[in-house]
Amino acid sequence: MTVAVVVFPGTNCEHDIVHALDLAGADADLVWHTESDLSGASGIVLPGGFAHGDYLRTGAIARFSPVMAEVERLASGGTPTIGICNGFQILCEAGLLPGALVANQDLKFICKPVHLRVESTDSVLTKAASVGQVLQIPLNSYEGNYVANDIDAIEGKGDVILRYAEADGTVDASSNPNGSTHSIAGITNSARNVAGLMPHPERASESILGSSDGMVLIEGFVASLDAVRA
Amino acid sequence: MTRTYRVTITRKPGLSDPEGATTCKALNDLGFVAVDAVSFGRILTIDINAASNDEARVELEAMCAKLLANPVMEDHTIEDIT
Repeated sequence: MTVAVVVFPGTNCEHDIVHALDLAGADADLVWHTESDLSGASGIVLPGGFAHGDYLRTGAIARFSPVMAEVERLASGGTPTIGICNGFQILCEAGLLPGALVANQDLKFICKPVHLRVESTDSVLTKAASVGQVLQIPLNSYEGNYVANDIDAIEGKGDVILRYAEADGTVDASSNPNGSTHSIAGITNSARNVAGLMPHPERASESILGSSDGMVLIEGFVASLDAVRA
Repeated sequence: MTRTYRVTITRKPGLSDPEGATTCKALNDLGFVAVDAVSFGRILTIDINAASNDEARVELEAMCAKLLANPVMEDHTIEDIT
């Protein structure tokens, strides 16, 4: 039972997440986007990059890659599934997570470490973290500005798992790097087995990278795999 | 017959449009003070083989719903420019 790391044309973070999963004790296989059978997968990761060139809208073409029907089938059945950056955008386009990601408020590509405050541990991504915990993780995106039609419902259900924050955990306008609604950096679905975030936890997986804060998210995901297996 | 349509995709009202706001300010700064708002969108020109205008529009609406526009953040209009 291994994690399926889906690779689309233009994906570029697949090896990083495989390495981070390995650090957390999980085996992973790279799966090309034309695959239609992931039935052996214990979990699914949609990594970052620029799937199908991000043409039309981020994730809009990738959402119809052949593998996505299988991702939807397994995710709907409870398989732990996460999307990082471009993977988050694809999950939103596929309707597996609510909302959408639009261009950053200042129309700049943002590539810098940001602080995230954990809002909920009730997700496959945050279950090993603590509410209120602050993580320093790199953000690397142009379309990272989270919007949703039903933001009150999303907040009301407790689907927000991560918000951009100051180092001390304060959430305010100055700590919101891209204009995301309510400073949202990551969300989960109602069933709590699908989650996505814009920052890259796999790029904060070892101290030599400047931070290992992302590992608590990776470890939470890996713990979710074990929970399903058991 | 082949018909040609212009599909215009715009950001939903209320969503921030920083390109539009910046362009509006630039126009105002250049003396075009009557400009109140600018909004950006995307135009696709689509040639489609259809027996009638109605048939083409049904197809185009389906295309917009499935792929071309994201209803979370975008609206669309379809014009026959054949």
